[in-house]
Amino acid sequence: MLLKFAVLLLTLALCQANRQPNILVEDVEDVEPAFEPSRFGSLWPLPQKLQISQDSFKLGSGFRIVDGKGSSAGASCNILQNAYRRYYEYIFGGAKRQGVGKSRRSGPSELTELRVYITSADSECDGYPSVNSDESYDLSVVQPFAVLKAPKVWGALHGLETFSQLMYEDEYGAKSINATAISDFPRFAHRGILLDSSRHFLPIKVILANLEAMAMNKFNVFHWHIVDDQSFPYLSRAFPQLSQQGAYHPYTHVYTPADVKMVIEFARLRGIRVVPEFDTPGHTQSWGKGQPDLLTACYSGSAPSGTFGPVNPILNTTYDFMAQFFKEISSVFPDGYVHLGGDEVDFSCWKSNPDIQKFMDAQGFGKDYSKLESFYIQKLLNIVTTTKKGYVIWQEVFDNGVKLNPDTVVHVWIGGGSNEEMSKVTAAGYTTILSAPWYLDYISYGQDWQKYYKVEPLNFNGTEKQKALVIGGEACLWGEYVDATNLTPRLWPRASAVAERLWSSKDVTDINDAFNRLSVHRCRMVERGIPAEPLFSSYCPREYKGI
Amino acid sequence: MILSVSCGLCHVTPAPDRNSCPTVSAGEKAEIGVMSAVRSGQHTRPMCFLLLLMILQLGLHTAEGVWPLPQTLISSTERFPLSPQAFYFGYGSQSAARQGCSVLDAAFKRYFYLIFPDYTSGRWNLFSDKNEKDGTLRFSVDKQFTVEVSVDHDDCDGYPNESSSERYNLSVFSGRASLKAVTVWGALRGLETFSQLVYQDDFGSYFVNKTDIEDFPRFQFRGILLDTSRHYLPVQAILKTLDAMAYSKFNVFHWHIVDDPSFPYQSRTFPDLSSKGAFHPMTHIYTQSDVRRVISHARMRGIRVLPEFDSPGHTKSWGKGQPDLLTPCYKGDIPSGTFGPVNPALPSTYQFMATLFKEVSVVFPDSFIHLGGDEVNFSCWKSNPYVRAFMQKMGFGSDFTKLEAFYMENIINITSALNKTSIVWQDVFDYHERIPKDTVLHIWKGTPASYYAELSRMTKAGMRVVLAAPWYINHISYGQDWHNYYTVQPLNFSGTEEQKKLVIGGEVCMWGEYVDATNLTPRLWPRASAAAERLWSDEKQTSNVDKAFPRLQDFRCKLVRRGIQAEPLYVGHCKQEYQGV
Repeated sequence: MLLKFAVLLLTLALCQANRQPNILVEDVEDVEPAFEPSRFGSLWPLPQKLQISQDSFKLGSGFRIVDGKGSSAGASCNILQNAYRRYYEYIFGGAKRQGVGKSRRSGPSELTELRVYITSADSECDGYPSVNSDESYDLSVVQPFAVLKAPKVWGALHGLETFSQLMYEDEYGAKSINATAISDFPRFAHRGILLDSSRHFLPIKVILANLEAMAMNKFNVFHWHIVDDQSFPYLSRAFPQLSQQGAYHPYTHVYTPADVKMVIEFARLRGIRVVPEFDTPGHTQSWGKGQPDLLTACYSGSAPSGTFGPVNPILNTTYDFMAQFFKEISSVFPDGYVHLGGDEVDFSCWKSNPDIQKFMDAQGFGKDYSKLESFYIQKLLNIVTTTKKGYVIWQEVFDNGVKLNPDTVVHVWIGGGSNEEMSKVTAAGYTTILSAPWYLDYISYGQDWQKYYKVEPLNFNGTEKQKALVIGGEACLWGEYVDATNLTPRLWPRASAVAERLWSSKDVTDINDAFNRLSVHRCRMVERGIPAEPLFSSYCPREYKGI
Repeated sequence: MILSVSCGLCHVTPAPDRNSCPTVSAGEKAEIGVMSAVRSGQHTRPMCFLLLLMILQLGLHTAEGVWPLPQTLISSTERFPLSPQAFYFGYGSQSAARQGCSVLDAAFKRYFYLIFPDYTSGRWNLFSDKNEKDGTLRFSVDKQFTVEVSVDHDDCDGYPNESSSERYNLSVFSGRASLKAVTVWGALRGLETFSQLVYQDDFGSYFVNKTDIEDFPRFQFRGILLDTSRHYLPVQAILKTLDAMAYSKFNVFHWHIVDDPSFPYQSRTFPDLSSKGAFHPMTHIYTQSDVRRVISHARMRGIRVLPEFDSPGHTKSWGKGQPDLLTPCYKGDIPSGTFGPVNPALPSTYQFMATLFKEVSVVFPDSFIHLGGDEVNFSCWKSNPYVRAFMQKMGFGSDFTKLEAFYMENIINITSALNKTSIVWQDVFDYHERIPKDTVLHIWKGTPASYYAELSRMTKAGMRVVLAAPWYINHISYGQDWHNYYTVQPLNFSGTEEQKKLVIGGEVCMWGEYVDATNLTPRLWPRASAAAERLWSDEKQTSNVDKAFPRLQDFRCKLVRRGIQAEPLYVGHCKQEYQGV
């Protein structure tokens, strides 16, 4: 079972830690964090079932990825044809430049084709991935044809990524792959990355590069926290003044409908859902600039202070606006879910406003402003329900006792006590997404990926039935300190740790083996143009060139 | 609006004339900007932030954008238009350097593009066309502006050194600016300042305000350490860092070129060191021409290249290409197969070192060589019977610090014989009484209390010191940690004025355990810029982080505009965001 690993792996250096003032390490001799090749090569995330043999085959440049005969997806399947080309370039991109592999004749131990079969009648080629998508695949690398079988295109995409990860190079740059049998499927259906394009505007190019990196890690949800207090870059067709007034700049710092479309299609081609978040009633300062009377006017004593608080929940115009706005959102974003936020609502402004106080009295809410919040959310949920979308909300909405539809997804984010929260939310019967342990914007010195890796999402008190309600998790990269200059290296490969936790079997927990695989996986991302930062002292055969 | 008028009329950033200005100072205005930006992280966004923007948009631009802050800066709201078609650099009639001065000729070309960043992209032409159609603005396109540079010494073909003057005076008038400096290195600093004074209005037109600056660095030695051993940094990444260093007026590139993990320096005399000790003998090395390129790129920017060949510890990678250099460690009576620090007991060690440092002293023109000397682990020496026998012979007893001192003394003598000044990490001083007086000590350890104590001890002993301890910038944390680097008070230790003069500067260290070409630049900038201001500017004028914030934010956007991937300080945006990934 030992893999014959080539230069790519062996040369990854083993280095010694040191010179860390404030953290004085004494007598570190012989405690070198040694890299050694994993018997699973550089697979990341690790497939559910795999067998790798010692027999290796060569991949010449005559190698092709083709549709298998009888596959339900053919030449007209955009998703697959694009993926074939992408993975061919990933595999041979380096070699083509070097002009290696001219020989067209296939030798006795050469792999000439990867045949891709979509086995179910509906390949879903022209559809969008959903939370229920079948992402499973079987991959068999045998001579002379490797075979990839998947019920849907989504599984085939993952299988292509896995295939590309099995390939390795010898020291002369020749490509090899070992005889392998893999049967794979994700542990969790929702494996997401949150990017925040409000605190800092993220150019489309950055978003697309990170969708690429997500696909390399089998993430399947891009949670687009598109607007917030700081700016409103989403260009709404129905309410263009929202970005006109609320973006950092009305032309250079906005996402036009064409931009949004491009992101969604780029994501679809990689099996990634785009779940937009329009967070209300808090986190909406930027909305107020382009939509007068939407936000609550705060009062100082008996006069308006000139500042504004959360969305004003007592005006009919608010709900008219929301209905029209979310109608647009539901048609612009094809995913079955919209994230409605609902976190961190500050009650002080509502409290200061006399009209709201009157409304509270009239409704019999007393002084309990969480009832007012519930009132708002309830009306919003009804609006969104009419658009035929499901919705995700941050945990406070649940915590505050808002009446939710049974199919609501609750997003747990508050660190400390998140296990208890997971118990509570699932005990109440709600589908749940976990993010609390994976706030990747919090950085620290050293190998913090291990912290993210060691999280066990189902490590809470609850029945099997409760645990089945946890559909996955998300790594969140909030934008206070992150923009195009540092986003990508800050996210990768730290988010990769989360990716394996959400995809691989629960018992994949060997941190040393993870280090060995992840080291090579990160070099592979670098080679594919993703500036993924190093885990520790080491090198990649091809260092990052994008300086 | 009231605010904009009052702070526009009289803008005097540094102290001397400040009291004579009864209106709102730049500092106070800046503070307003900060508070609003910070608060916007929560739920309110005060109006004053908008006001600040309005000030900028109205063109009542003031010269707040210079980083690090000049020693004396007086500017008015009187502004002069600049046009790339009618903009010239020239040498003053009294200047010792003339056309043909390599350093300044190249700098003129560089700064032209830095001053007019969209000139090449064709955007400028677009705007000037508009202006011509408009007619009214035509004069602004045609009016000539000349920056006249005069230096006292023609040091165009030399290298900056530890006593080079970087002082300059810059005056901006209508149609011309006068930049006077003692050396070309000072002129480079002045050009950088001038480039930061130029700004664009919303329509893309360039302006500079009437300004008077007298400037000089507080500390002579303002360094950045890059570590190319724990991760190999492609030459391109080093050159880019040198560019950014010049923007923050750093003047020493401390090249920690080799260490335990790898030996990327390709030696002429000992090629095996890199062919066996580098991560890869072909792709992960610095050839002689790479090194020359780095030194030349640095020279053009007034930056010294200080190489570090750290020994006797931190040398694992050396052992691969130089047999018998390292001490074989023993387990009981037999060698364990592992190796420790350089073997100080063999004469061959010193022959090797003399030859290597002879090469290094020729390849690197700077008068300093960094010899390391930190973190020597004695356990391997202790285990080795030959080393123990040597200890007996030398009468060191069982005090291995004496052996280390013996080794370092020999190495320092080697470099002294080569007419180089040695710089060593503080460990050497801590262990050793008899250090040559001209050695420079480098403090890297400890809390403020302990490095202040160390500063006192070292300067009392009459030694020159470089402080790095507070600027280990590879240590990252959440939030605005640039505050920590900014608020350092390097001279706040107990000692006489004479002692304080011995602190020649400071250094920002970016150790490489977790850093390579993928993340170096955003991790270094603008955090290192905070230290740059501490080392260049007057501490009294620059002690407040809230006042510094908007200027640093502005500077960070300038870096981004210049293609340096400098990360954000906090929420907000740059007019031109970073265009890479």
